[in-house]
This record gives sequence, structure tokens and C-alpha cells, in this order.
Amino acid sequence: MNRWLLWLPLVLFGLFFAAVATGLIMPKDNIIESKMVGKPMPDFSLPAAIEQRPALSSADLAKGKPTLLNIFASWCLPCIAEAPQLLELQQAGVEINAIASRDTPEDIANFLNRWGNPYARIGSDTTSRVQLELGSSGVPETFIIDGNGIIVYQHIGDIREEDVPRILKLLEEAK
Amino acid sequence: MIAETGLIALWLAAALALLQFALGAIGLRTGRDDYYAAIRSVAVAQGLFVALSFLLLIWLFLRSDMSVRLVVMNSVSVKPFIYKFSGTWGNHEGSMLLWVTVMGLAGAFIALFERSLKTRTLVATLAAQAFISLGFYAFLLISSNPFERMFPVPADGQGLNPLLQDPGLAFHPPTLYFGYVGLSVAFSFAVGAMITRDVGAAFAKAMRPWVLGAWIFLTLGITAGSYWAYYELGWGGWWFWDPVENAALMPWLAATALLHSVTVLATRDGLRAWTLMLAVVAFSMSMIGTFLVRSGILTSVHAFAVDPERGSFILALLAIYIGGAMALFALRVGTVKEGSRFELVSREGALVANNLLLSVILGLVFIGTLYPLLVEAVTGDKLSVGPPYFNLATGPLALMLVAVMAAGPLLRWRRDNPTALLNRISIPILMTAAALFALALFTTDMSVLALLGLALAIGVGVASLAPLWKRNLRRTPLHTYGMVIAHFGIAVALAGMACESSFTEEKLVAAKPGDEIAVNHWTLKFEAIEPVAGPNWTALEARMTAQYGDGALHQITPQNRMFAAAQTQTSEAALLTRWNGQLYVVLGDGDSEGRWQVRVWWKPFVTWIWYGGILVALGGFLAMIGRLRRGYKQRKQREYAEAIV
Repeated sequence: MNRWLLWLPLVLFGLFFAAVATGLIMPKDNIIESKMVGKPMPDFSLPAAIEQRPALSSADLAKGKPTLLNIFASWCLPCIAEAPQLLELQQAGVEINAIASRDTPEDIANFLNRWGNPYARIGSDTTSRVQLELGSSGVPETFIIDGNGIIVYQHIGDIREEDVPRILKLLEEAK
Repeated sequence: MIAETGLIALWLAAALALLQFALGAIGLRTGRDDYYAAIRSVAVAQGLFVALSFLLLIWLFLRSDMSVRLVVMNSVSVKPFIYKFSGTWGNHEGSMLLWVTVMGLAGAFIALFERSLKTRTLVATLAAQAFISLGFYAFLLISSNPFERMFPVPADGQGLNPLLQDPGLAFHPPTLYFGYVGLSVAFSFAVGAMITRDVGAAFAKAMRPWVLGAWIFLTLGITAGSYWAYYELGWGGWWFWDPVENAALMPWLAATALLHSVTVLATRDGLRAWTLMLAVVAFSMSMIGTFLVRSGILTSVHAFAVDPERGSFILALLAIYIGGAMALFALRVGTVKEGSRFELVSREGALVANNLLLSVILGLVFIGTLYPLLVEAVTGDKLSVGPPYFNLATGPLALMLVAVMAAGPLLRWRRDNPTALLNRISIPILMTAAALFALALFTTDMSVLALLGLALAIGVGVASLAPLWKRNLRRTPLHTYGMVIAHFGIAVALAGMACESSFTEEKLVAAKPGDEIAVNHWTLKFEAIEPVAGPNWTALEARMTAQYGDGALHQITPQNRMFAAAQTQTSEAALLTRWNGQLYVVLGDGDSEGRWQVRVWWKPFVTWIWYGGILVALGGFLAMIGRLRRGYKQRKQREYAEAIV
């Protein structure tokens, strides 16, 4: 057998490796650019989710200063993970409103007692209708809304520690 | 404390694997016997410690210890017992630990029971096995510690992916893993043999049970996986050419080729270099399969454990093991003596044809699976290669392969007479021709592939039994029965596939309770829709009765299930099995007027696909038992003869 032929498997494997490695290194374009960015908040009015906080309507989100709108649920584990970051943002002076998705008042109250309550207002969206109108499909998600009720940014998934500076910067720019 | 003990056991096992590798490497260099003796005990100890570690992880899952991150992420305390158990490996960390556990136990097994291999080759094999294990230990200990604690301790876990909450899961992934790991053992044997240049019949005989074992598990795994996808995904299909399915199919194809070439090596001492290459390729395919599933580089319905970082780790291991083995192959195989030669028309010739066809099919599946990735890397376009490509590219070759399979066992080793072969195989050929004629005459719109497939299945079914013809059935060796049953199983599965793809009848209706649906000889009566609840799910259940002709009434209850913990919906198909096929009913969504989407299939002989798969695995099992028993007897006789001398 030709001796050079014996190297063929290694060469083929090298090609495979190169192709796969590039595929792995190349950034995946799976960041979904929200269609809602730049658009005004859809009109909605939700009842209060717990007694201690007032209800939430779209009018509350256009009062002249930028706010955060956080969609969460007591049954969602990533929401626990992002709780400290939300508290941190609240202590930095950010107004955070929330939509509780498919939840009950008792569960929400327990959740907030346990993991902290950074919210000014909480609307209860038991059917996910408002959530869907917002172009959000899961929890947690967070919207940055400027003073005129225009959506500036949609954050999908939990807010990690490293996301906090960027969110503060976007809020500053939205002023 | 359980988690900490598990972690310590894992570290100890990793250290022992390092020691095993070092002993082997130094021992081979210096040729000292005491190293050889030590490596066996170390291999056994490594197997015991890693097994202990895995048992402790199972225990944590069974206790629902919610202070362990892995349990929180993949289990929930209200889950039924069996799923707590299977949840152990239904995730990345647990399945990697299972992998390395099986490898460790396999190493221990070789160290304890392998007696026919030359000592040097055995030591090289154990060292190679330890080297592979080390990579997985590093993976577990550095980037995916299964025993990691979670603080604060959450009240309950997140549950398991609902699609995976099924008896199939308790069985399917570990089965495939046993297959993959079996191939890793064959790989270690090949590396060991390349290091010592000891490639011959003894080596082939030592490697063969492992290849057979791996192949049996892969066969069972693929069969079970196919059936799982069939009833759990609710699409009524049994093979989707999904990347993850291909990831299991490719090692199977390579293992099937290896199984046949190792027989040539064991019996006739031929195909030395080719067999070594196949052993390397078979394990490469297992690793590539794992990589494709874990890295999420290809999108797939199965991608439930995706993480690019882990992908890079597996890719690095892949580069070291496979790249290393292929370089070793290029350097060493030139110096391995060529095996014996043979004529074209001979048993070896048929086995070479089998190997070539299997390799080409493997290549086509490989290209089809990775082509989207390649295109995306070059042009950035996303595309998917679907069943049309795979069926068209591999179908005809698979039929040729089946035809070769019918002829091969009827040929003599070394050289045979073509006319004699034609004589032996004339009855199956006539039956195929008759079936082809009858099908072409009496059926309409059967695809050419299905037509040929069904006709061939009939001929091959008969031909596969021919090796037993005119033999003393009680003196026929067990491994011959194994071959006959496995080949017959292929014919059965092929018949099932051809019937399913040609004769399936489907109906999609929007039905109200009270409506009747008719498909083939079946009449379904939709009686009511009711909510039902299980341990961690709620569902809407349709109550229907089904009747075949004037036969008995059967209750069936297809469901639309909602899992509480993960807010995921799955449809649970209702199946009714008769000897001649299966009725498959899926409940879809309802509309505002109280009508429900109901999808009904009548699939004639579809179950034969999986019965065939089981027969193939059973054949493999008999062959393995037969070979092991014969090897044991021969060794005893040799020892006896030596004792007399």
C-alpha cells in the first residue's frame, strides 16, 4: 500500500476538526433582536398582583423618567437567580415595575418575602396576554422603557451581575 | 456528606487512572514484569472507585437531595421513583459520569478476565484505556462536577425535561452509552496492538466480544430510540434523520463493519490495517456523536443538554484521541505485516463488499449530517439536509448491502465457485423475483425503493436461514445461530420499513365528542374529553373506542399533557397493536366550537421494524455467548495440554 495513503485518515480528520472548530468559535447569531424596540408600550391595564403594591397599567410607564419592566413568576428558577441584581438596580435608584406571569397572590407574596421585593408596582397577568403582546415568550424578561413609554431594550433571560452596568448605562442614555 | 464522598471517590479514581497510564507507559518502555502485574490491580481499583462515585450520585437523586445543584436542575421531589433513578443520567454531568464509570468497569473487567492476549498488548491496551478515561475525568472534575452543592438550598427542584419523563429514558441513553464505551474498548485494543505491532488472530479474538457487546447495545439503543421517538414525539415517524439519531447510527454502521472485518481477521488473519482503522473510526463516531449532541453545534429536537463550552472540551478530547490514533496508524501500520490474501468470490470477498458498502453509507450519512455545518462555516447560510437526501443517497446502497448479506454466509472462505453460489441462492432469488412481480401487479403507487425493499426482504428472509439448511441443528455452533437470527432480523425490519412507508393510511380530522372516524378497517368513536392528573402533570384526555372490523372494542386515551414544573406540553399518543400493524392516535388542540384535532394513522406491520431490531440484537447476543464459550473451552484444552506436557 502507498505509505502516503496511510496519512489520509488523519488529513480527513484534520479537515473535519477545522470545520467544526470554526463552527464552534464563530459567534452564534441566536440573539433575538426584539421587534418591540423603538415602539411604544402596548396599552394594557393589569390588576394588582399582591395587596402591598399598586396595580400596573401602560400609563404608569410613561411618566417622564426611564423605568424597568420585569416579567417574572414565582415558579421560575432563573427569576430567583436575578433577584439580587434587581435589588441592586432598585438601590441604585431605578424604578422597577413588574408583570407577574400566570401566578397566584399567595405564591407571589411568598416569593417576594423570600427573595426580596424590588418592585414599585406589580400587575398580575394570569393569562399571559399582556406578556404576549409585549413580544415576550418566557420568564424572566426585562424591558427598558424611556420616559415617553417607548421600549428601548429587551433583555431575554435572567439579569446576571455582568449585565447590570450595561442596563444602568442604557437607562442613563434613555433620559 | 454523600456528595463529598462521591467527589473524593471520583478524584481517587482519576488518580488511579493516571497511575494506570503511567505504569503502562513505563512498563512498556522498560519491559519490567512487576509493572505489568501492578497495572491489573490498579485498573480494578479504578473501576471500583468510579463505580462507587456513580452509585453515590444515584443515591443523591433517589433521596432528592436538593442541596446538590445537579439534583435541583434535573429532578423534582414529587417525581416517580423510576424517573428519579433515570434522572441521574438524563443530564450532562450524570451521563459523563456514567460514561467514565462504564469505561472504568470495562477496564477492570479486561484486567481480571483477559487471558488470550499477549501481556505487552494487554498492558498497552489498559494504558490506552486509562488515557481515554483521564480526559473524561478531567472534564468532570474541571468543568462539570456532578456533586456541586447549591446555596441557598431551594425548596424543590426544576424537574426533568418532560419529553424525557418516559420509561424509554430509563433505558435508551445508557444503552447507547454502553455501546459507545464498548467501542472505546475496541479502540484501546487497536491502539494497544498498534503500539506493540501485534495484530493477528489472537488480537482479533480478544477484541471481538467487546465489538459484539458494543454493537448489541447500539442496536438495542437505536431500536429503543426509534420506538421512543415514534410514540413520544407524536409525529408517527420512526426515523427522522435527525442529527442526533445519525450520531447514534454512525457508530452503529462503523461497528457493523468492524464486526465483520474482525471476523475476517480472527478466522483468516486478513484485513489487518483495515480492521485497525475501523476500530479507530468506530470510536471516533461515538465521540463525534457525543460532541454533536452536547455542543449544540447542530440544531435538533434532542438538544437538551447544549453548552458550547462543553462542546469545546469534547472537541479537544476528540482531537487528542482520534488525531493521535490516526497519526499512530499512519506511522505504525506500514510496519505491520500484511495479512493473508483471498479471491474475490469468497466469504472474505463478501465481507469486504459489506465493509465497503457500510463505509460508503457511513460516509454519506456523515456528510449529510455535517454538510449544514460546513455550509454555515463557509457562506453563513443556514440549511438543513432532510430525509430526501438521506433516503435517496443511502437507500439503494442499503438494499445492495442486504443483497450481499443474503449471499455472504453461503460462500466458502478463501475461494468459491460463482455457479455453486448461484445454485445455493437460487430459491431466494426466485422468491424475490416472484414477490417483485406480484407487488408490481397488485399494488399501486409503491415507491421503487419500498417495492424493491419488500421483495428483497422476502428473499433475504429465506436466504438468511439457508446456512442452517442440511446441517445437524444440534451441532451447529451458537454463533452461527446468532448470525442467522441477526440477518433474519434485518429482513424483518426491512419488511416493516417497506410496509410502513407504502401502506400507511392517515386521517386528520376536527372531531367533536360523539363523532366517528374511520381509517382502513378501524372505526373510532370519540366519546368524551376529560381532564386527568398524574404525579407532576395534568392532561386533557380523549376517551375513544376503537374497533377493527367486527372485532372487540378497545378503549384508547390519547392525551395532551402539561407538565407543571417546566410549563411544557407534550402529546401522548395512544397506540393499539395488532399482529398486522398498529393504530396510532394523537390528540391535538381544541378550537372554540368544541372540536378537537385528531390525527389517526393505521400503520401495517410497523412493529416489525423494532421486532427486527430486537432479533438483530438477540442474534448478536447469541454470537457473543457462542464465541466466549468457544474461547473458554479452547483455553481450557490448551491449559490441559500444557499441563500434560
